Amino acid sequence: MPVEMNSQEKIWKHRDRKTQLTHWAIWFFGTALFVWCWQLVSEKTEWFFVLDAPTIAADIGSRMVPPRWEYIDKLWVPLWDTLNIATLGTLLALVLAVPVAFLAARNTSPSPTLLRPIALLVIVSSRSINSLIWSLLLVSILGPGVLAGIIAIALRSIGFVAKLLYEAIEEIDENQVEAIKTTGASRSQVIAYGIVPQILPTFVGVSVFRWDINIRESTVLGLVGAGGIGLQLQASLNILAWPQVTLILLMIFLTVLFSEWLSAKARHAII
Amino acid sequence: MNASRTWRPKPFIENPKLRWGITIGVLLYMLLALGSVEVNWMRIYAGLDRGLQFFAAFAQPNFTERWTDISEGLAESLVMTVVSTVIGIIISIPIALGASRNLAPLPIYLFCRAIITLSRTFQEVIIAILFVAIFGFGPFAGVLTISFATIGFLAKLLAEAIENIDPGQGEAVRSTGARWWQWLNYGIQPQVMPRLIGLSLYRLDINFRESAVVGLVGAGGIGATLNTAFDRYEFDTAAAILILIIGIVMFAEYSSSAIRKRVQ
Repeated sequence: MPVEMNSQEKIWKHRDRKTQLTHWAIWFFGTALFVWCWQLVSEKTEWFFVLDAPTIAADIGSRMVPPRWEYIDKLWVPLWDTLNIATLGTLLALVLAVPVAFLAARNTSPSPTLLRPIALLVIVSSRSINSLIWSLLLVSILGPGVLAGIIAIALRSIGFVAKLLYEAIEEIDENQVEAIKTTGASRSQVIAYGIVPQILPTFVGVSVFRWDINIRESTVLGLVGAGGIGLQLQASLNILAWPQVTLILLMIFLTVLFSEWLSAKARHAII
Repeated sequence: MNASRTWRPKPFIENPKLRWGITIGVLLYMLLALGSVEVNWMRIYAGLDRGLQFFAAFAQPNFTERWTDISEGLAESLVMTVVSTVIGIIISIPIALGASRNLAPLPIYLFCRAIITLSRTFQEVIIAILFVAIFGFGPFAGVLTISFATIGFLAKLLAEAIENIDPGQGEAVRSTGARWWQWLNYGIQPQVMPRLIGLSLYRLDINFRESAVVGLVGAGGIGATLNTAFDRYEFDTAAAILILIIGIVMFAEYSSSAIRKRVQ
């Protein structure tokens, strides 16, 4: 506890002088950076439109209700597609992520100098690029459709699953691995009986978690043509059919709530 | 005759009825799901060429041709990231306090949890579309979108941290006769501050990635440039942008994890 002497009295201070100055400097430069950035954003903003926003929001709001309930007949197939994009994409990602994770983990990687950096690069590239950008790319290669969405979701999820999985592999209890090794087990048997049982709960947890995220992401892939309910959203927005937009948003909301409920159930059952 | 008893690993699900039920259900679903995926092999065959071009472009990314567009887009993305993270944090803190059951009365708790759920449910791009319709094109709509998305993440995790604090410290501060504000500042804030800093840095990272996407729907940032590059099949420019995004994300990730290690 820093105490300063002021003539005769002892004065209690929250921080000593140096920390105080450092904190002050961080706050000063942080605030300056924020103000400067804000100014740049503000220069590019048409403030007239922003001031007008409440009127426009009220206008759009009034057009959005009531939702056009009849439109729901056209939403079941896109919803099914959305679900499939998320589920099949997650499954594909899991299949691809497991080998990547084993290559990336320090204790299981067959060649820490060559394959490990490559695996880490795969993980970082996959994580840096949003699934929407992946689908933009895949739509221009594979053409529009559900397949592009599935692969986009898979490519985005590999990094996420592999990263969490390889961290789990690095944190395993080596004694169990050793115990299996002393029985004369082969390399694949060591992995199957020494490592896999230890990371299985993490693996399942991460998969369910990613599936939940993917449901959310797959709802918008249609905006760039990669299938699912996003296609309907785009179509309705293009013709300014706000009552349909409301219904679509409502369906997305319910789907996401359902997936969250399901994944919470699944996680409780496992862990 | 039980001479040859063999050991089998324990099944993952013990109840055999449940195990078979789930297996059959999964198989049935896979059949239905895979059956409903339409694959146009001709189109894929035609597109393979383009795919190869794209991978070739990664070997020779073209930074120079559209450099002004790329640098402006990236700068805008970075600026949006900073502004939206700061705004997001400032709004998240009171909401997190409201969403902690040990601090807030039930009505406030439910209200704040509702905001968090709403922000977490909708993908950023959907929010961006609505905000672009309301506030017009440009980075302002993007900033609002990302700030809103930050609330769902930061407020939820911060509220969890606040709910898990050691109540003893708060009680000790309160027993000195501290007022509510002092109790918050000296009993609770020091306990969750490292977590808040860590989460904010992590979110800064995520927000940069998001700022690259909201541009696809006209909310500013590098996304617009990227979209144009793909639309024109200028894969070398697109590859350059993607490489820059990956580079920045890697840099941000390493520096933020270094800072987090120092703070925590």
